[in-house]
Amino acid sequence: MKIGFYPGCSLTGSSREYNESLLAISKEAGVELCEITDWNCCGATAAHNLSKDLSLTLPARNLALAELDQMDELVVPCAACYNRLVMTQHELGENESLKKIVSEKLQMPLQNGIKILNVLQFLEKHIVPRLEQLVKNPLDFDVACYYGCLLVRPQRVMKADRFEDPMTMDVIMQKLGANPIDWPFKTECCGAGFSVSKPEIVGELSGKIVRNAVDRGARAIVVACPMCHSNLDMRRPAIETYLNMKVDIPVIYITQAIALAMGLTPRQAGIQRHFVPVNLPVNR
Amino acid sequence: MDTEDLSHNIRQLTGINVRECYQCGKCTAGCPVGDRMDLRPSVIMRMLQSGDNASLEEVLRSNSIWLCLTCETCYSRCPMEIDIPKLMDYLREKSYSEGKVHPESRNIVAFHKSFLNSVEQNGRLHEIGLVLDYKIHTGKLFQDVTLAPEMYAKGKLHIWPEAIKDKKSLARLFKDQFKNKKS
Repeated sequence: MKIGFYPGCSLTGSSREYNESLLAISKEAGVELCEITDWNCCGATAAHNLSKDLSLTLPARNLALAELDQMDELVVPCAACYNRLVMTQHELGENESLKKIVSEKLQMPLQNGIKILNVLQFLEKHIVPRLEQLVKNPLDFDVACYYGCLLVRPQRVMKADRFEDPMTMDVIMQKLGANPIDWPFKTECCGAGFSVSKPEIVGELSGKIVRNAVDRGARAIVVACPMCHSNLDMRRPAIETYLNMKVDIPVIYITQAIALAMGLTPRQAGIQRHFVPVNLPVNR
Repeated sequence: MDTEDLSHNIRQLTGINVRECYQCGKCTAGCPVGDRMDLRPSVIMRMLQSGDNASLEEVLRSNSIWLCLTCETCYSRCPMEIDIPKLMDYLREKSYSEGKVHPESRNIVAFHKSFLNSVEQNGRLHEIGLVLDYKIHTGKLFQDVTLAPEMYAKGKLHIWPEAIKDKKSLARLFKDQFKNKKS
């Protein structure tokens, strides 16, 4: 089965392990992901902060390219890219004249009807049905499922199951044998794009998330967003400064959790690329 | 511009009716950076409802609009479903293009601009290019100097940018952007 794929910039660089683990589990499940030809950056926070124009045209170019590639379903694993693409599709869908203007700027036709899936929706639809046969090493430990902002909000557009206490990731982790803890920081913000410009804010916001996960006994935090991952993992020194203590809880992508449960090697899951060492019962 | 014109104008440009806000304060209560803001979200709403040009000016010069992370918590919890993050985007773009960015927020804006510069050049983000551009524009030369070699060792950084083929189509989208910006 072939499905359209928009990796986004992070998956080619700072979150390479997200890409590697996603491709590895898709291969195991017999799903082929086809990258959009000549895709560009979605513009991320920078575009919608400084230019309404770019915040629409940059994502829209990718949607138009996916149409040229005749994709009808598009997986966008980065939560930030997913949010920008869906927000653009939504805004253009509600405003025909704006869609026309954007299409003219792109000099490309734009139907705007492609089905965009985030990683959780993709897993639910294409991987979970095959999990029963594919899970070889159940993950027998407590995990904190952390969704962050962009997969669930604004809920009028994202249409997540429950925006204050979503459950889709928890259910997938349960199917891998893990025990998702009940905790109140599932959708709190990690500090997002302030990683470089305001690292002390990231230290505080991510610190509160990490502390709560540890206090409630989680052995790992599971994420589905490169920005959340780099703030919780790579920015661990800022978190430890804020908390004034050492914290060694690892942060793994949901796709890495699935890869490990499928019996793939830690290297195939990209575990060696993390800043906080991942020592879990499954990959020892 | 008087009060009527200000809220009418915002509605025309963004579709957001600031007059619907009845000051329950949920947006401010749930905001993860509310305690760091000079004007909290509900205060901004009130200023735009009842204010004149001077109020708008104060909002555009605040650090609040740049501290907003667009986490969308306020919008999700607003009983009147007012799209505050979208309003923030409007205020940010206006503040930036009119050269009114709060001094304490200049790093945040410099980061956004460096990000877009990188995208304009290559079509995709080049993280090393972004950080170098940011350091040059902010003078923060020694921030995170140990991080890059570690990221590189873990295979997380490209030395050279990964560029798209059809750069012309990108150039068209960036043409005329920020050309009327005041500094």
